[in-house]
Amino acid sequence: MSKQSVHGTTEQHGGHGSLKSYVIGFALSLVLTIIPILALENGWLDSDKRLIIYLVAALFQFIVQLFFFMHLKEEDKPRYNLMSLLLGLFIVFLIVIGSIWIMMYNMVAL
Amino acid sequence: MANVNAGHHDHHPDQEELRTFAFWIYLMTDVILFATLFATYIVLQGNTDGGPGPKDLFQMNGIYASTFILLTSSFTSGLAILAMNKGNRLALMNWLGVTVFLGASFLFLEINEFMHLVSEGATISTSAFWTAFYTLVGTHGLHVALGLGWMIILIMQIAKRGITPVTKRKVNIISLFWHFLDVVWIFVFTIVYVMGVN
Repeated sequence: MSKQSVHGTTEQHGGHGSLKSYVIGFALSLVLTIIPILALENGWLDSDKRLIIYLVAALFQFIVQLFFFMHLKEEDKPRYNLMSLLLGLFIVFLIVIGSIWIMMYNMVAL
Repeated sequence: MANVNAGHHDHHPDQEELRTFAFWIYLMTDVILFATLFATYIVLQGNTDGGPGPKDLFQMNGIYASTFILLTSSFTSGLAILAMNKGNRLALMNWLGVTVFLGASFLFLEINEFMHLVSEGATISTSAFWTAFYTLVGTHGLHVALGLGWMIILIMQIAKRGITPVTKRKVNIISLFWHFLDVVWIFVFTIVYVMGVN
């Protein structure tokens, strides 16, 4: 806080984000959106390999949002936000991968 | 007496932090809700019952536009937080206003898209694919609509009460909610739209 009042503009580190971290996050999120669009529109590689580009771009986009916009890494210990997020993601993984796995072998539905 | 006051003073910010954390827990339950909708969509993706599929009807230019609009609104809600931390009430209200405008544009494009799809004969009961599609994308759209109403009410409250510990916590919470909706949209964009027409 004292740093903020001295410089009058933005904090150097920590706190709840600085203009710099928001601008970097926004620029990264734009790039990570443009990459899959270019891959799709220009037909990079073949259609199976493109799926990897899309999913990797989405994953990085998710990380950018968490760190640059939602300030996950600035949390004080104990890191309850991170812990509950990891539990949430574990349940997401179980539901999504579990559903796909079960339905792949469901001969009645497919 | 002095001690009691000091204790009370220390207690207050803690309470707001706890409330912010409680909202984070709510967001995690929302993550699970969307996980079930994504799982349903992925499983039912191929079941178009001989009707139109994603490749036939998705208009990607509108989707690109709404993606950039939502990304930008996530950024402007962050700028609102920065303005608030500097104690600039007018800038805070303006950036929230810009976020509302961008969110409303996103919603307008989505409603247009749904109307176009329905006019092409893809309604929620056309096939399992379209049921899963409308449920997933519509639930996200509903969250955006609720967030918009909430943000407008919050702007009115800030106009009335200014930046207090309570309104500060509320702005922090809605900004978290807005970033969360952006995160969900990234996966809707990737899994439903981009991979749908790939």
